[in-house]
This record gives sequence, structure tokens and C-alpha cells, in this order.
Amino acid sequence: MTVYLHNAILIDPVAETETLGGMLIKGGKIAQVFVGDNTPSTADIAKAESIDCQGKYLAPGIVDIGVKVCEPGERHKESFRTAGRAAAAGGVTTMVTRPDTTPTIDSPETLEFVTRRANEASPVRMRPMAALTRDRDGREMVEIGFLSDAGAAAFTDCDHVVQNPKVFARCLTYAKSLGALVIAHPQDPSFSNGAAVTSGKFATLRGLPSVSPIAERMGLERDLALVEMSGAKYHADNLSTAASLPALQRAKDAGLDVTAGVNVHHLTLNEFDVGDYRTFFKIKPPLRSEDDRQAMIDAVASGLIDVISSMHTPQDEESKRLPYEEAASGAVALETLLPAGLRLFHSGDLTLPELFRAMSLNPARRLGLDAGTLSKDAPADLVLFDAHAPFVLDRFTMHSKSKNTPFDGQRMQGRVIATYVGGNKVWG
Amino acid sequence: MTFRQTHLLGIENLHQEEIKTLLDVADQYVDLNRRDVKQSSLLSGLTQINMFFENSTRTQSSFELAGKRLGADVMNMSMQASSIKKGETLIDTALTLNAMHPDLLVVRHPHSGAVNLLAEKVNCAVLNAGDGRHEHPTQALLDALTIRRAKGRLHRLSIAICGDIAHSRVARSNIMLLGKMENRVRLIGPSTLMPSEVRELGVEVYEDMTEGLADVDVVMMLRLQKERMDGGFIPSEREYYHRWGLDAKKLSHAKPDAIVMHPGPMNRGVEIDGTLADDINRSVIQEQVEMGVAVRMAAMDLLSKNLAAKRMQNRVQQQVTA
Repeated sequence: MTVYLHNAILIDPVAETETLGGMLIKGGKIAQVFVGDNTPSTADIAKAESIDCQGKYLAPGIVDIGVKVCEPGERHKESFRTAGRAAAAGGVTTMVTRPDTTPTIDSPETLEFVTRRANEASPVRMRPMAALTRDRDGREMVEIGFLSDAGAAAFTDCDHVVQNPKVFARCLTYAKSLGALVIAHPQDPSFSNGAAVTSGKFATLRGLPSVSPIAERMGLERDLALVEMSGAKYHADNLSTAASLPALQRAKDAGLDVTAGVNVHHLTLNEFDVGDYRTFFKIKPPLRSEDDRQAMIDAVASGLIDVISSMHTPQDEESKRLPYEEAASGAVALETLLPAGLRLFHSGDLTLPELFRAMSLNPARRLGLDAGTLSKDAPADLVLFDAHAPFVLDRFTMHSKSKNTPFDGQRMQGRVIATYVGGNKVWG
Repeated sequence: MTFRQTHLLGIENLHQEEIKTLLDVADQYVDLNRRDVKQSSLLSGLTQINMFFENSTRTQSSFELAGKRLGADVMNMSMQASSIKKGETLIDTALTLNAMHPDLLVVRHPHSGAVNLLAEKVNCAVLNAGDGRHEHPTQALLDALTIRRAKGRLHRLSIAICGDIAHSRVARSNIMLLGKMENRVRLIGPSTLMPSEVRELGVEVYEDMTEGLADVDVVMMLRLQKERMDGGFIPSEREYYHRWGLDAKKLSHAKPDAIVMHPGPMNRGVEIDGTLADDINRSVIQEQVEMGVAVRMAAMDLLSKNLAAKRMQNRVQQQVTA
């Protein structure tokens, strides 16, 4: 089937341009891109299904690293069907899923299970990540080779830090020999243990156990030292504080194979948003100061931080209806990633090509996927959206099974009109 | 008289006028409490439930006595021994109690913010008897009443709060209350026991006792909360006593008529010298306990009136919609 999308503003994160144009999609791939007055031949147009995009934005679909789908183990919180629908509704065309399920995705068998479930139930693409150590307990490395063969996109223990430097160094060295990407959420856990918020005026006012942002920097510095030693491919995900950035800059300047990511909540919210102990704002690492938020935005704009992700973490109502210290961490964000990210566009902090560089192009490149661009022969994974459409978010209208979003009741701008995966419309 | 609150969750939401009103009412209850017959029927027919998720003898008995003197039916629930052990959540416990139609709910909980959460789910007046490290409003109010009666005023005083600030809800409530009443508040203690960026709350911070105590009108000592500490915050109790424990020598730097306070229970020889604590010329620690009952009676008095008004309003509204 051939589709002709036209009269769209094409956001090209590679060329960093926004241009009026269209594209021809054949066999699930982008066959040709037309800019300005150029159009396909009348014969091609006649054969194609023609879609007028009415001057809205067309961008490469979002590649979201770090989505938690609660299969296996907690399907009452999220399944591949609901996560996939939420992703489609949010313009996410590839979910890169986390292995922190029950049981952990740490064997080829469990990896095959989630891959099969995703193929059955999810309308968008899915690439699974595997744990770096068995049960994510930081003792024994997983079968990195078998898991890579089975399709693991990267290896991560998520919010569990491999505390023993010997174990982590061996994992990195072994991963390096296979060319596998290791993803970590840097933190010094013996320092941050038990903390619910970031130390500072807010923590003092609310009397909550807190951690200094230095704990993240300490974790990152350790990881980077071991990356330097091993030469491994490393992605520092979920960074959140200004204190981490100089170390990251040094590592990149030194030519290490290092990239970094930030969770959209750390770009759009700060510690004071927690207000009167609102547990939907409890995420890990905790929300930071406004200075940190600004520093993270600047780092995305400059390219020091490569990737923006949702860190989609479904939690049921019961695990959030608790005193703040006891409540579970995490927020669902597949559907709010784009409108929340667009806040940075509306505030003038990021251009649209910069935003999609961080949400689509860079994550795809880091994982070696051919998605994330509008170039010829790339898969036709696309999101068509109105960047200006205003709405007030009602969490019960979301497709995720869990509704724990900090943006409930907030004014957002930016609606997905249609999402295409391999040229097929999966939303809109 | 202005007091608009439906709950007493913390000092943070109170206005200066509301604090004054509450202390004025409490003054009257001090007189009542000193009579031979201490009975009032203000709360008769109302039910007060004390829910303590954390051990307490002093605060719980003070609330119990306050309720009984006002004629309420008082029930004590020791939550440590009850259904939370069976896995019931705080909200379910609250809803269960709410179904028994209490009028006043007095709650202490080890987690900051837990009392706020509970107050959202019940339709009676909730009094915070201490939540985690967050607030302990009746303690701050009884301290304020003690100071006002001893000093004749509650403004433009220089007040030092000393010791373990980081783990203390009493300190947080006092910093807010004394600030709202326009006093100068100093915090003195080891930097490991100071909350982060505490200066932002409008206080002066000292590490040295003699420097910090210079010319203050009031010295408030805090208990070293060993049960809330994980890991070493101070090297030893004897070094702590040497540097931050209050004795006559350190107190000599304060004003000659400065009073000494302590929320109790005291660790004698750790944060305060035993003889000093018993010195009736300087220590008002016993008065604090007395004021505690009066302040809690005043709080229940004002809250029960607002509760009655709110219920009346709801009834009228229901009739109008019907």
C-alpha cells in the first residue's frame, strides 16, 4: 500500500529543519520526501492514499527508552495491550522496555516471552532491554551473548545500582567484547537509601527524609571511571541534577562511548510541585530544585544530554494512596511525554528539531535502530501532531491501565493527530 | 474571635490572629484547670478518638485529659497493636473509624504528611499530635502560651532552639509559630543535626552555644532523638553534652531572666543538666505540661464549634437542594 502525506510541516532532526512538504510511503518505508513545491508524479499520487496533513507537524515517531510494561508479574498495572495503546496515543512508535518486572527479564526465555507478548498485543514496535545482573541483585552477570542474540536492545538493572565495582567492571568489560550497550541510573545507593525527596528547603519544610543531589554525581563518577577502564558502551539514564553534568561533559570530551538521558518529569517539574505530599509526584530519583531543572534543559539544548524519555512507570492506586514515604515511586508518561516535552518548545527552550533529536533520533541511533529520521528508506514510523492544541489532562481518559500521572488536571498544549508505525496508522 | 480552621494539621496554615485567638481561649482553660472542679460540658455528646501510631505517654494523656475535662467521650486506640499489623492501609483504617462517626480525631503517625492524608478522608475535625518530622502544632502552641505567660508577650523576643533540629517536628512547628508572631529565632546545634537550607525559613543558625545563647529571652532545648537516627550524627553523648548540653555556665550568656524550656521527655545529662531542669527560677518545663492540657482544650473547643457550623451548613445545603 502506498500513502501520500502532504501539506505537513516536516520536522527533520538530522538536518535540524522545519519545512512544509510531504512524503510518499511504500512498503512501510519512507520512499521519497518532498519539500516545498515538489510533488510526486501524478501517477504516483493516483495510486496512493492521499492524506492532507492540514499544515500540522509531522515528525519521526518517538523512541522511548525505559518503558515499564508490567508483564510479566503485575498485569493489573499495565499490559502490552494497554501500554501499546498508550504509546500509540502518545506518538511513541518504539517502546524500549525495562526488565524490572516480576520475574526479572534476565534470561533468553523471559525475553522471548515479552517479545512474543508485544508482537501479539502492541500496535507499536517494542524492543526489550534485559537486566545486567541476575534478578538485578548485582551479583552475577546475565547471559549477555544469548540475550543479545534473542534481541535485547540494551542491558540495565534500572534503579538497582550494581554496587560491587568488581561485578560492574566485569559486566562492562564483557559487554564491551560483545558490543552491548549498558544503561545505568547512576546513584550512590548507600547515600540515597531511604530518601523520598531532594534535600533543601522543601524537604526541611515537609520533614521528609532527603538525599543530596551529590549522590547522583557520585554514582555517575564511579560508573564513568569504570567505563574509561573498560571502554564499554554506556548510557547514563535518568540523570536529574546539575551536579552530574561536569563529569558527563568530561567523559564526552575524553571521547568515551557515553551518552545520557533525562526523564521528562525532571525537565518540567520541580521539588515544590510535590506540594502537600502529593504522591503522584513521587518519582525516582526525586524531583529536584528549579536550578537543576534549568540546568537539565540547557544540557538537552546543548546536546550534552542526548535523550529525553518518559520513564513510564505504572503504579496502581493502592500503592500511591499511602503516606509519602511509604508510597511507590514512578509515573505513567507514554501519553504525556509529547505534550510535556512540548512545554519546552512553548517556553522557547528547545526548537522542535531539538526536541525530536532527543526523543526520536538520538535514542534510535544509540540503540542502532534505523528509526528516528525522515530520510528515504527509513521505516515510516511517524507522528502527526498539533503542537498548539490546548487541553486539560483528565487522567481517567488515558489509555494506560494505571493512571498515576503528575499532570492530572494540568493545562497542556499539543495533541497527537495520528501515529504511523511502518506506514500503518495505529492511532487517529 | 477568628479561627477558621476545620482541622489542626500544622502551624503552617494558621494566621497570626488564629494563633492569638487560640492562646486567649487556652488562657481561660488554664483558670478552669486550676479549680477544684474542672468539668465543662462543651463537648458532651461528642466522641473523641485518639489514634496513636507511635508510642506516646505524655501527649496522649494530655489529649485524653483535655477531652474528658470538656465532657467528650474519649477512646484511645493504640494503633501499633491493631489492624495495621494485619496489613490494613492508613486510609482504610481512617474510613473504618469514620464510619463510627467520631467528632474529633487526634492522630500521631511516624510518617510526615500521614495526618494530612487521613484528614482528607474523614468528615470530622482532625488534630495532628505529631507526624514524622513534619509538625507538632499543639506542642508549639503550648510552648507559645508558656512563653506568653512567662514573658508577658509573644513578639519581639529572642528565642534559641537548641539541639537535634533535623529530627524534630517540634522545632519545625516552633520555627513557624514564633516567626509568624514576629520573634527572632535562632537555631543552635551541630551541623549534622541541622536540616538542609534551614536558613531559608528565616532563622539564624549557630553552631556554638555561647555565641548563640547571647542575650536570648528563651532557651528551648530539644531531645536528642536517637530512635530517628540511622548512622552517627554525633560522635558520643558525652561530647554532645560538653558542647551542646545546657548547663548553668552556658545559660549565663542568655539574659538574666531567660527561661528554659524542654518538650520532654528529657535525657538528663545529655541535652540538659538535671539541676538546671529542676531550677524553679529558670525552668518552666512543668508549666509547659500544664499549658499542654489547656491548649488542647482550646483547640478542641474552637474546632468543635467550626465543625458544628460546617455540619449545620451542610444540612441547610441538603435541604435547599432537596
